[in-house]
Amino acid sequence: MTKHLDAYFGEFGGMYVPELLVPALEQLEQEFIASQEDPEFKKEFEQLLAEYAGRPTPLTLTRNFSPNPLAKIYLKREDLLHGGAHKTNQVLGQALLTKRMGKKRVIAETGAGQHGVATALACALLGLECRIYMGAKDCERQQPNVFRMKLMGAEVIPVDAGSGTLKDAVNEALRDWSANYEDSHYLLGTAAGPHPFPTLVREFQKMIGEEAKEQIIKAEGKLPDYVVACVGGGSNAIGMFADFIDEKDVKLVGVEPGGHGLSTLKHGATICKGTKGVLHGAITYIMQDEDGQIEESYSVSAGLDYPAVGPQHAYLHSTGRAEYVAATDEEALEAFQKLCRCEGIIPALESSHALAHGYKLAKAADKETIIVINLSGRGDKDLAHVHRVLEQGGHYE
Amino acid sequence: MNKRYSQLFTSLEERNEGAFVPFVTIGDPNLATSLEVIKALIDGGADALELGIPYSDPIADGPTIQKANIRALDAKVKPKDCFEILKAVREYNADIPIGLLLYSNLVFAKGIDAFYAQCAAVGVDSVLVADVPARESSLFRDAAKQHSIDAIFIAPPNGTKASLQRVAEYGSGYTYLLSRAGVTGTETEAAMPVDTIIKTLNDYNAPPTLLGFGISKPEHVKTAIKAGAHGAISGSAVVKLIENNLDNAEKMVSEIKSFVAAMKEATKASS
Ligand SMILES: Cc1ncc(COP(=O)(O)O)c(C=O)c1O
Repeated sequence: MTKHLDAYFGEFGGMYVPELLVPALEQLEQEFIASQEDPEFKKEFEQLLAEYAGRPTPLTLTRNFSPNPLAKIYLKREDLLHGGAHKTNQVLGQALLTKRMGKKRVIAETGAGQHGVATALACALLGLECRIYMGAKDCERQQPNVFRMKLMGAEVIPVDAGSGTLKDAVNEALRDWSANYEDSHYLLGTAAGPHPFPTLVREFQKMIGEEAKEQIIKAEGKLPDYVVACVGGGSNAIGMFADFIDEKDVKLVGVEPGGHGLSTLKHGATICKGTKGVLHGAITYIMQDEDGQIEESYSVSAGLDYPAVGPQHAYLHSTGRAEYVAATDEEALEAFQKLCRCEGIIPALESSHALAHGYKLAKAADKETIIVINLSGRGDKDLAHVHRVLEQGGHYE
Repeated sequence: MNKRYSQLFTSLEERNEGAFVPFVTIGDPNLATSLEVIKALIDGGADALELGIPYSDPIADGPTIQKANIRALDAKVKPKDCFEILKAVREYNADIPIGLLLYSNLVFAKGIDAFYAQCAAVGVDSVLVADVPARESSLFRDAAKQHSIDAIFIAPPNGTKASLQRVAEYGSGYTYLLSRAGVTGTETEAAMPVDTIIKTLNDYNAPPTLLGFGISKPEHVKTAIKAGAHGAISGSAVVKLIENNLDNAEKMVSEIKSFVAAMKEATKASS
């Protein structure tokens, strides 16, 4: 009897893809299951994480960032991971799976370019051919990452279609995969998409939360009150949440991109404001009009600019286990600058959304409160973009 | 499930012909012209129609049909407009099987049952949801059955025996046989032969097979039928004729009609 993983989280998830891709996804599921039972695979993954990527990453108690002496803010330092963001974790896992399946070529989409960079570095390391689809608008706002990918031997294809952002890059990657699944793996960059990606990406990211839990217990002798992470597709957040889900006293908070504000049309807050539907292979919350046409999302940060969200987050929202809120562009930019000045750490704009909300929670605390924020990436890639936005008075269209 | 496909295939068999089925996106390039285009498909001799509802994220489509979707959406064509067109097409011809090909979110948005009810109300015969594979199809099949709509499934070239058996079991009306991997478009030609898949499908008593993807020339139609398919579907090649004649609707319609006639001719054994 072949083993299968559950393709659904409650009513969310599934495998809504053309029939043609089903064998490729089922093969991936089988290979993933087998890899999880293979000590050699686990050993190689852990070795790469430790010796190449730099795990475990530290948990840093901020010295000056918290506005309230009652609130301690800790940062899980995925910004220190090789590649500059949490993306490297799961990319190494999927790249090893690619080799296991005997495939020689990798296709990936990227928004901020962080997943593209992570994919490019893993492919360089493991000798895989690499093609990255990236929205044309994103190529422009994340120039340094385009160059990084190219330096590491990846082919970067700008996608003009639609909004020229992450959603369109995913469409293009899926089309490529439909033609080339025999020799190519689609290395999806977040915990969204068709089954088994949401599960597989979570499993390859959950060390973030496992380490953080151990570290906070060591530092504080107890679990935190809040665990906070930004949510684009949801990979850094689910990696951070996974090991805390059963710890009922720990509040899990996902922070979505509020853009110009949730009362405007310019945001990417799919759980806060979206409705149920299918995008990129899964039933989840999406941004759509009444006919079911997908609407364009918006965020100052390319990595959060996506009109869907991973199905497990949709589920955690529906059960109330996690809470999802939004931080606006302005709040994120403010938190970005504050962390630079207070701690000497330049955060990614994506992570700055989590920082903005963590800061709010700290400010509101009326008793001793411990907050762990996932600092999912560093802000080097954002420097030129933030510079431009700040010169325009902090406003981005 | 309903009679138009079975009547078609019976009558084609009597005449020793295959089926030629053209595809266009409803509302491409705009509503008024689109109705003329669809009438031209019928007048040119199409045996059945495969029609798309424009969608923002058509992941199974190559550049040509993506552009068709964009043209229709830019012309502000909404699903409710498409159903008006479908009604008009059914009034124009009472017998031709009409198939819809679309993406799941358009079905979900309406509510699955309500969507199939609306299809039945305007005389649609079949629905193929491009991103609902057999394993996710149960709610869609139930609704289709409820409203006597044929549920169409795709037999992929990489299908295992088990998956082909499932396609045979779940489908009615016809089976959409893929000539190759990839997305729609004439950039990559149909990669026949598909004889073994057709044989397997026949063994499982699947509905008649129509071969699609990369069918753009009469030779492709001939080869498909020689390989044992009951006919062929051609989308991007028809849509190209829309794209090439955007400033001249009359020429668009006449070129489409001649194209369909030439493709239909190739389905005849004597040709
Ligand atoms: C640093 C960083 N954080 C977060 C994200 C958002 O993705 P996810 O929600 O999958 O963690 C990205 C995506 O590019 C990123 O680069």
